[in-house]
Amino acid sequence: MQITINVNGTEHTADVEPRRLLVDAIRSDFGLRGTHIGCDTTSCGACTVLVDGVPMKSCTMFAVQADGASVTTVEGLKQGAELSNVQKGFAQEHGLQCGFCTPGMMLVSTALLEENPDPSEDDIRWAISGNICRCTGYVNIVKAVQWAAAQNGGEEG
Amino acid sequence: MYPPAFEYQAPDTLEGALAALAELGDEGRVLAGGQSLIPMMKFHLAAPAHLVDINRISELSYIRRSNGSLCIGALARHNDVVRSDDAKASDVVSSAAPWISDPLVRNRGTVCGSVAHCDPEGDWNSVMLAARAEVMVQGSSGSRRVGIDDFIVSYFTNSLETGEMVTGVCVPIPSGATGGSYMKLERKIGDYATVGVATQLELADDGSIAQAGIGLTAVNYQNTRASAAEDMLAGEMPSDELFAEAAAAAASASDPQTDVRGDADWKRNVVAVFTRRGLAQALASAGS
Repeated sequence: MQITINVNGTEHTADVEPRRLLVDAIRSDFGLRGTHIGCDTTSCGACTVLVDGVPMKSCTMFAVQADGASVTTVEGLKQGAELSNVQKGFAQEHGLQCGFCTPGMMLVSTALLEENPDPSEDDIRWAISGNICRCTGYVNIVKAVQWAAAQNGGEEG
Repeated sequence: MYPPAFEYQAPDTLEGALAALAELGDEGRVLAGGQSLIPMMKFHLAAPAHLVDINRISELSYIRRSNGSLCIGALARHNDVVRSDDAKASDVVSSAAPWISDPLVRNRGTVCGSVAHCDPEGDWNSVMLAARAEVMVQGSSGSRRVGIDDFIVSYFTNSLETGEMVTGVCVPIPSGATGGSYMKLERKIGDYATVGVATQLELADDGSIAQAGIGLTAVNYQNTRASAAEDMLAGEMPSDELFAEAAAAAASASDPQTDVRGDADWKRNVVAVFTRRGLAQALASAGS
């Protein structure tokens, strides 16, 4: 089936089988490798992307289902030549060790701050609770999101 | 991991979906949120020949109160329920919603998909049992409402006929003081329930219990109504002693398996503890 998906502001088209997973369309058909495949079983959140602004697991959605949608991947977070505040926060607060979960963590954090610019620590932990970090770096991930919230005018954590 | 190949269509009206299901017969399967079906297809535990994707049928995404019921459309996501003011009309529904899987799955998965899936480890059917929900079913030849007890047939088996689909689920909102709760024990966010207990109490004007609802998750081959415990409560004045007796009866209605999440005796004890606490919470909520 012919599909067109707007990824990070650019229209991408592909001819895919219905069973093509969205994550594979993004990585292999569109060449955007920032979205990771972790568990491939709907458990870890490494493949998180925003579909029309909503965080979802792209390993648990078919590409044909995103036909006509706007998808944001980690490559779409930067603001022009600048990193976004969430990205800067992860750098500033050492919010990553191996970096494998980081794209998903940054996307759910971006969606959280969009909806709630001044989240509590509980709000942040709740928002990232579908994303697993096997380096167990959650403390610094929470700090990274708090750093980003503070830049956006929220209270510093 | 890839599912076996399938044909796919995504109609944008309910009529279109029903026509497709009628034509496809046993070959057709509804795809809603897909948060259970797609993993099952990837594991090759399910291999539908044809998927009818209902995600473009926006008329099914409602959550609304009408005629004394809270109705949830086939495309309403778990997180829509978390955010819905209307859903707060039912304590047992609104308290269960944040406990479904994890935030990402809640953004995509649907209440009705979970109801139709009939996974005994799924949370929603216990909630629907406690609230005495009706499932709205439609086929190309007409619609019918099926009580949740009749809808759940067995392990992963519902009573839909070929060509039918679930279009919504309706939870009656009793006119009297009513409270409810959902209690779930899970090892980590996103895991299945080790044990879950849904409770609802409707009180009569004199403070006695007019009707009780108790549904159990993950302790039998299907979500289970604790009927003996419900009968014990109905018509009585609520008390700690009564709740303890009902809790013991609910535990007797469970037949959990020893597995990685715990041994059977311990799980049965969790059913008793959750039933007692859940009833106390339902009572407090009904009185407020």
